[in-house]
Amino acid sequence: MDLALQLFFTGLGIGAVYALVALGFVLIFRATNVVNFAQGEFSMVGAYLMVVFAVDLKWPYGWAFLAALGCMALLGVVFNLGVYYPLRNRTFLPVIIATIGASIFLSNAVLALYGPQPQVLQGWFDTPGLQIGPVYLDSQYLLIMVVTLALVAFNFWFFERTMLGKKLQATSQDKEMASLLGIPVSAMIMLTFVYSAMLGGVAGILVAPILFVSIQMGSTIALKAFAATIIGGFGDVKGAIIGGLALGVIETFGAAYISVPYKDGFAFLVLVAFLIFRPQGIFGERVAEKA
Amino acid sequence: MATTRQTLGTLGFVALAAAAIAAVTLVPLQDYTVHILVQTSTFAIAVFGLTVVLGLCGQINLAQAAFFGFGAYAVGLGTADLHMNFWLALLMGAGVALVMGALLGMTTLKLGGHYLAMVTISFQQIVTLIMVNWIPVTHGPDGVGSIQRPLLFQSAQAFLGVCVCAVAIIGYLVWRLPQTPLGRSMRAVRDNELAAGVAGINVYKVKVAAFAISAVLGGIGGGLFAGGFAYVSPDQFSFAESIVFITMTLLGGVAAPVGALIGTGLLIVLPESLRFLKSVPGLYLAIYGLSIILIIRYMPDGIWGFVQNRLRRWLAPPPFADPPAELMLAPSYASGAEQAPMALEVQDLCKHFGGVKAVDGISFSVRRGQVHALIGPNGSGKTTTLNVLSGIYTATSGRVLLDGRDVTTLPPHARTVAGLGRTFQNIRLFRSMTALENVIIGAEQPGNQIASGHAALVERARAALAFVGLEARAHELVTGFSYGHQRLIEIARTLAGNPTLLLLDEPAAGLNSTEKMGLRDLLKRIASKGLTILIIDHDMTLVTEVAESITVLNFGRRIADGVAADVLRQPDVIAAYLGSEPDAPAFT
Repeated sequence: MDLALQLFFTGLGIGAVYALVALGFVLIFRATNVVNFAQGEFSMVGAYLMVVFAVDLKWPYGWAFLAALGCMALLGVVFNLGVYYPLRNRTFLPVIIATIGASIFLSNAVLALYGPQPQVLQGWFDTPGLQIGPVYLDSQYLLIMVVTLALVAFNFWFFERTMLGKKLQATSQDKEMASLLGIPVSAMIMLTFVYSAMLGGVAGILVAPILFVSIQMGSTIALKAFAATIIGGFGDVKGAIIGGLALGVIETFGAAYISVPYKDGFAFLVLVAFLIFRPQGIFGERVAEKA
Repeated sequence: MATTRQTLGTLGFVALAAAAIAAVTLVPLQDYTVHILVQTSTFAIAVFGLTVVLGLCGQINLAQAAFFGFGAYAVGLGTADLHMNFWLALLMGAGVALVMGALLGMTTLKLGGHYLAMVTISFQQIVTLIMVNWIPVTHGPDGVGSIQRPLLFQSAQAFLGVCVCAVAIIGYLVWRLPQTPLGRSMRAVRDNELAAGVAGINVYKVKVAAFAISAVLGGIGGGLFAGGFAYVSPDQFSFAESIVFITMTLLGGVAAPVGALIGTGLLIVLPESLRFLKSVPGLYLAIYGLSIILIIRYMPDGIWGFVQNRLRRWLAPPPFADPPAELMLAPSYASGAEQAPMALEVQDLCKHFGGVKAVDGISFSVRRGQVHALIGPNGSGKTTTLNVLSGIYTATSGRVLLDGRDVTTLPPHARTVAGLGRTFQNIRLFRSMTALENVIIGAEQPGNQIASGHAALVERARAALAFVGLEARAHELVTGFSYGHQRLIEIARTLAGNPTLLLLDEPAAGLNSTEKMGLRDLLKRIASKGLTILIIDHDMTLVTEVAESITVLNFGRRIADGVAADVLRQPDVIAAYLGSEPDAPAFT
């Protein structure tokens, strides 16, 4: 029982990372109707940037974090201008393929620059963790959960309570109408990419001390995050978060009780089960194409 | 004629293939050249698979390397560990790839393309995990060695001959596929899924078929690859390889096997000459990723597509020499019957979206040979009704009888087979095809009883195009036609399927006054042939001129039904349209 409880909290911690990346997926999907297959690479690049600033340049973590986030924002701009914007009027297939190309490019460009050895990033806190009753909470996992919670709250406030957030929502729901109402649609989409790149970066930076910082971390996280969005209900913010957390827990239990080498396979199994039995996910509603 | 052109093409192809096979088997080649050629030909077969699924059917497959791996491991483990016959092992590999491809397709293809992309990536990752971790069977990261070749083709060059022969045969089949019924259905699905369904195509089945074909070709390519190199290991079938396959397809041109061959050849030969790139890990694939973005942006049709667009003018088939036949349509009813039977009966039909009752218990019926109009103000539920009738939406409750047969729960393509034909308010043509090809797809539905064979289809399609007055331009791409003409092609596509009931969704929308008069005359000509029509439109002049009876909807309910002239005099109909009691009848 104690072990189960312990696994549950570990699962929530890793699930929070999936939830953050899933949130990035969903935001871009809602703004552009395109799944950004490079979303996982945003996390990977974020983690490497953190290594550059905090380990190589030996900056304090706080400054390194801000610098990495600044670079992620820039990456969001470049990504939008280089990959999405030129293809915005084409069907979704070319856009998907282009984002896949971008994902391959990003991970291998980092590989070419940094080499194949995984990098190590120390945790943020000197104290390793807290013992609460039977459960030991690693400080990094706690940090991840707190930051995710804060970001989810921020996300809600931003999209529901601010004018800019409402404009972003309007853009994602009906681009033509939004532009007729004087909302600068291109700028809003740009902003979405910047925000998603930063979210992805935060997820990568947070998870870096737990996983190694490696080229593969992006694609692994992205696959889990995508599975999380389907489980939660595609395009649904709440669903992405719940789905991410659920997946983290399922995977941790699977690894503990069933098989470690196939840990990364459980997400796929859950995904297929959902696709067959409940393709609209937990919260989603299937939308028919209009004739 | 098209047939002589085809025969000539086939003969040319056979000659070319024979020359290629003779060249690679008889001319002494360096080991290195043989190595490159085996790799190119086996990869090309896997890339042909992507030509089918991505190019023809518009569905993405990011796990082609996994299917390639199934074939390779089947041949590897089969010949090395189980001492099986090479051909049997190859067959087994193709079989495994087929089954896995079909299963993967069946679970995912009901959903949109994003799901497919992500699921195929996940599948690819799982297969790699299994290849690496299931050591007792797959030998894990060490891979499988001492793979055998077939007895008669032990030498490297003889085996290369086998590979080139396979490329030739499969390339020929893939080259001819777009002109077969299945290939045409795939293109229709790629261009417009909704219209494909309404034209009588089982969209889901076609997508699964395309995906399975792609997987099988991956398996065959992989099996031959294993024979050629005698050693396979998991890293040869990783996600990165799937990306390489996709890049080859895109670079060469996604729509034709020639493009696949060009792309494969270039991406194998070019990196070989740029080997120094591989000294920096990652650089090579980073360039791949960048080239994918650049190809998609600047050369969406690939190299061959680019060439083909230039050649199209000279390759266009000549116009037909003989005049088109007269269009025969479903007869209204057996002559001598007292009263025409019902073509369509709608009983208590409801369609609710959450709490919104878009269609709320409407009933009406249309007799055979009648022109019936469904009118009502905006938002009254007309188009929803049409979508429920054609099966795009499922009814919340109520029944739809077509020719006395209950079709309420049938999917769109099955209703088309049952005799329903419809057009769309916003024109939905297959945009990459000619007018003739569009109409042939309409004619091809299984419920259309015409003689079998391509000639009969062409005949039927030409007759339908001639009926709307566009037969002379049959070989032009539909995107070159004016809006009004595109609408006529859509009507011709529906007529070619020989429906018993023609549903027209606002056919006059967006037409200018001359085009509207043309449309009115066309509808009268269709009606005079005895075909039953249900028309939705806002243009009251058109409706009053062609319709004999009218059903009026408002707020999802039927407010009037009957003979046209009577209905239009009813006060509540006038009120629904004008919002108040007028002093004088609005429509006379």
